Amino acid sequence: MRRPRTAFFDLSCCEGCQLQVVNAGELLLEIVNLIDLVEFREAMSERHDGPLDVAFVEGSVTDEHAAARLREIRGRAKVLVALGSCASTGGVNGMKNAFDLAEIGRVVYGDGRRFFPTATTRALHQVVPVDYTIHGCPIAIPELLTVLKCILAGIPYTVPDQAVCTECKRNENVCLYDRGVTCLGPVTRAGCNSWCVNNGNICYGCRGLVSNPNEKGMLQVLTSRGISLEHVVRRMEMYNRCREEGPERAR
Amino acid sequence: MPAKKAGKNLGVKVEYLTRVEGHGNIVVEVRDGALEACRFDVVEAPRFFEALLRGRSIFEAQHITSRICGICACAHSLTSIQAAEEALGIIPTAQTTTLRRLLLDLEFIDSHVLHVYLLALPDLVGARSFLPLVASHEKVVRRALRMKKTVNHLSDTLVGRHVHPISAIVGGFTKLPSPADLERMHEELIALRPDMEATVALVASLAFPEFERPTEYVALVSDDATYPLLAGDIGSSDGVRLARREYRRATNEKVVPHSSAKHTSLSRDAYAVGALARFNLNHEKLAPRAKEAARVLGLKAPCHNPFLNTVAQTVEAVHCLEEAIGLAGELLERGVDRSEALVVGLNEGGRIPVRAGEGVGAIEAPRGILFHRYVTDDAGLITAADCVIPTNQNLANIEGDMRALVPEILHKSDAEIQLRLEMLVRSYDPCISCSTHLVRL
Repeated sequence: MRRPRTAFFDLSCCEGCQLQVVNAGELLLEIVNLIDLVEFREAMSERHDGPLDVAFVEGSVTDEHAAARLREIRGRAKVLVALGSCASTGGVNGMKNAFDLAEIGRVVYGDGRRFFPTATTRALHQVVPVDYTIHGCPIAIPELLTVLKCILAGIPYTVPDQAVCTECKRNENVCLYDRGVTCLGPVTRAGCNSWCVNNGNICYGCRGLVSNPNEKGMLQVLTSRGISLEHVVRRMEMYNRCREEGPERAR
Repeated sequence: MPAKKAGKNLGVKVEYLTRVEGHGNIVVEVRDGALEACRFDVVEAPRFFEALLRGRSIFEAQHITSRICGICACAHSLTSIQAAEEALGIIPTAQTTTLRRLLLDLEFIDSHVLHVYLLALPDLVGARSFLPLVASHEKVVRRALRMKKTVNHLSDTLVGRHVHPISAIVGGFTKLPSPADLERMHEELIALRPDMEATVALVASLAFPEFERPTEYVALVSDDATYPLLAGDIGSSDGVRLARREYRRATNEKVVPHSSAKHTSLSRDAYAVGALARFNLNHEKLAPRAKEAARVLGLKAPCHNPFLNTVAQTVEAVHCLEEAIGLAGELLERGVDRSEALVVGLNEGGRIPVRAGEGVGAIEAPRGILFHRYVTDDAGLITAADCVIPTNQNLANIEGDMRALVPEILHKSDAEIQLRLEMLVRSYDPCISCSTHLVRL
């Protein structure tokens, strides 16, 4: 079987998800054996302008230049993979959408803002069709491997669609609400094995919301603990602000 | 060597320089032997972190700002935490400071190994990337990946992961290593020594380009015996010394049209930060094994060859490994007070008093001195934020080097000139996506 011609691209992001790929250690050499890696700017000088079997794209679309670049990549890739939170949900870049664009330009660059135009932040699927999604800020290496196997086998990958709480319970963590703090685990998509809570932190919702969140249950938890909905919604904006824009607005 | 070919025309345009973090272009134009343009364009789309932080809880800042960079996420977290703690009036415990130093050491080892092996080495052995090296230098590539994997594993134990650490927060850590964790970490660090020695031997075998341009070097400095990474004043090779709160007098940021990252200057029109700057200012405080590595590598202070930043990184990697072994051993011997573990949150219970205030964090990231500044209101919400990133401090200096280098190499072929310029920029280990969101308050 011909090894799939594969490339990694980055839009607006911290490149931490590509670094996670490099962090796979010697496993990376086995991955490289399974694919024909033709472009990976962060780690390689080789470039490839022709057709691709698989394009991994990290980062979100934050200006028209990025949107054009993404369409160009989509146009020559059979399979497009959204790599990490910025690509899958807009990630922390989406927080920008809560502000007036001209105003944030002025705050950061003052009179120089005219040199650096920006646009409403979008996740990849709000601009082009996406075939596979790897959530997380950053991505987890085990999930990357699972998705890679699915791509190689030509089968779809189904992102877990239950709440992080289901994994967190199995890991026997004490519920953070019982420790007096708020956590987005009840409404956030699982698949990270409750990574942050296992390390004593809260869930910040980096994998996006489950498709059918138990809003009633969440409200009940908040009400019983005297926590305002606004407080939680504000926190959800850290990773999920782009969701409000919807795919249709992105056209 | 002066330009020999008067009348030469040259146009170098490197779009999206590879093997660096983020998006930058090299533009050099020579017409009739005269240098007409010499720029490093930063074309990364701005992400506006300082603007987004406004209205956010000071307790959330480190989570958000570690997302400025995936490579030095720990340094961003630690700088952010230092700024927040100063704004809130929190003084970390001795144990917390020790754990933070250990975390920063791990980050330096990881980042320097990444740069030396995967980003810089291909140029020095005539390859386009690490991929062809898998066939020609398999043992070397495996060593690099193995070292990265080990350090990542150590970071996992300490803070959950290296890319965007989980358990380092304002006030301390949300989980603390068990005695068994510490014992394993100590053993794994000691076991890294042979690979580190092999790294020094590898770098000693490489030939780096000869080029010198004296400039001002800026790094943290201190009066104690510790190689200053986590604390200290701002110092420069031109004799400047300023408290970290005065960082804006040291950086003097300005917007330039061709770069979404601002430029900085201090005593001259440009200065350099990073491993070479730290080595030049603080080499006497390096661990004995790191001093020995510097001797083997022929690195002496003051060194004015920017290509040797990669060599200085190798020396620092040795130092950080030795310091980490010492710190892990210290923690193992003394035992960790696990009652210091914190419960995270937006301070919902109001356990930590908040106040209107202002705090500045200054920490050495692998690529150089990093500043965060936050202003908070009396509810502990951020009203203004500023981050000054190492790479943006290096940009003007990179262009200064390019202007000095091009006439010296103008007799070479266009392809060689382009490669040499790419190597120059790469030697700074730029982290461009970090550098593109800078603000004056």
